[in-house]
Amino acid sequence: MAELNTGDGGGGKGGKVRSKKQNSKVDLTAMVDLAFLLITFFMLTTSLSKPQSMDLSLPDKNDDPTKDKDLKVDEKRTMTIMMGEDNKLVYYMGLLDAPIAGPKDIAYGKEGIRKELLARKKSVIEYTGNKDKGIIVIIKPGTKSKYKNLVDILDEMAITGVGTYAIVNDFQPKEKELLEKK
Amino acid sequence: MAKIKMKKKSTSTDMTAMCDVAFLLLTFFILTATAKVPEALPVDTPASTVQTKLPDTDLAIITVGKGKVFFDIKGREIRKRTLEGIGAKYGINFSEEDKTKFALMDDFGVPVTGLKQIIDMKAADRTKANQPGIPLDSLDNQLKEWLLISRRATIDLDDKELQIAIKGDAKEEYPKIKKIMDILQDQKINSFNLVTGTRGKDF
Repeated sequence: MAELNTGDGGGGKGGKVRSKKQNSKVDLTAMVDLAFLLITFFMLTTSLSKPQSMDLSLPDKNDDPTKDKDLKVDEKRTMTIMMGEDNKLVYYMGLLDAPIAGPKDIAYGKEGIRKELLARKKSVIEYTGNKDKGIIVIIKPGTKSKYKNLVDILDEMAITGVGTYAIVNDFQPKEKELLEKK
Repeated sequence: MAKIKMKKKSTSTDMTAMCDVAFLLLTFFILTATAKVPEALPVDTPASTVQTKLPDTDLAIITVGKGKVFFDIKGREIRKRTLEGIGAKYGINFSEEDKTKFALMDDFGVPVTGLKQIIDMKAADRTKANQPGIPLDSLDNQLKEWLLISRRATIDLDDKELQIAIKGDAKEEYPKIKKIMDILQDQKINSFNLVTGTRGKDF
């Protein structure tokens, strides 16, 4: 009968033909899924593409050597780490002429230098009995060491929480010997 | 008895509002995202566990790799001002168009005399141009000049100290990096950043 009659729900009586209500809603689920996927993508790429960095502060450079004041530090608190060619790493505690430990070759990473650093850090605090007087690490990158070696060691400092460290560039002849020795 | 008809609850929720929000956010992220341009000097930065983000503005990046040194300043106005300063210092006249182009450029590694040529190139050609790097020997230390002038420009424009970051290749020899550090320290910049990649926490 009145087939074309739409929208007008219960119109006339007798032989009701209900036109089906068309659902005006569109299923948005897929669209929302897609939108969120893209959001996640853009969010992550914008924040992750920013380069990471590492802060590095160096002491004031003094061009006038006469002004150089020798800072007196307890040599039992110092640990010297030297980097050489082909990822060679040498460390010793105290003075080289009368070392407390080492000089010894050691590997980079978790099982090598980090273990040593953590142990030494603890023992130095025990020795001084003062939390503020911790270990002092002297980093000596050799002329043949790579930039990666330096960053690795600085990273170890950050991991082990050693706050006092310095990058020193001059080598004693004996240290050089140690570093070049295979 | 009257039948109690349970109303069928519709399982589909209204997604319109959610869709609106989602697309609004999407538009925002798309517009804020910046397209990555290939670097003139690609370097493989060493990894570290330290994760401090670099600032977006008032930053100069010194890229060191393959024995070459490239320089990049973030911030268009600072770039313009720096180019003006460099032009004045070396007696090269840069036109307004050059400055605008330079402001939109990325890192470069040419002596000042070759700068105009690089500016005139298309972005795609710059990466292929095989730039020789900025000279930094004691006779002709142009990196020093770039640093000085860009720092001055940052202070003039933003009243802030320019942040310096060194982006070195992992395989670069230490003396080269040391040389850059020395140049920085000669200018009393004792604190700077080293750009590194990310490494897992359990390293």
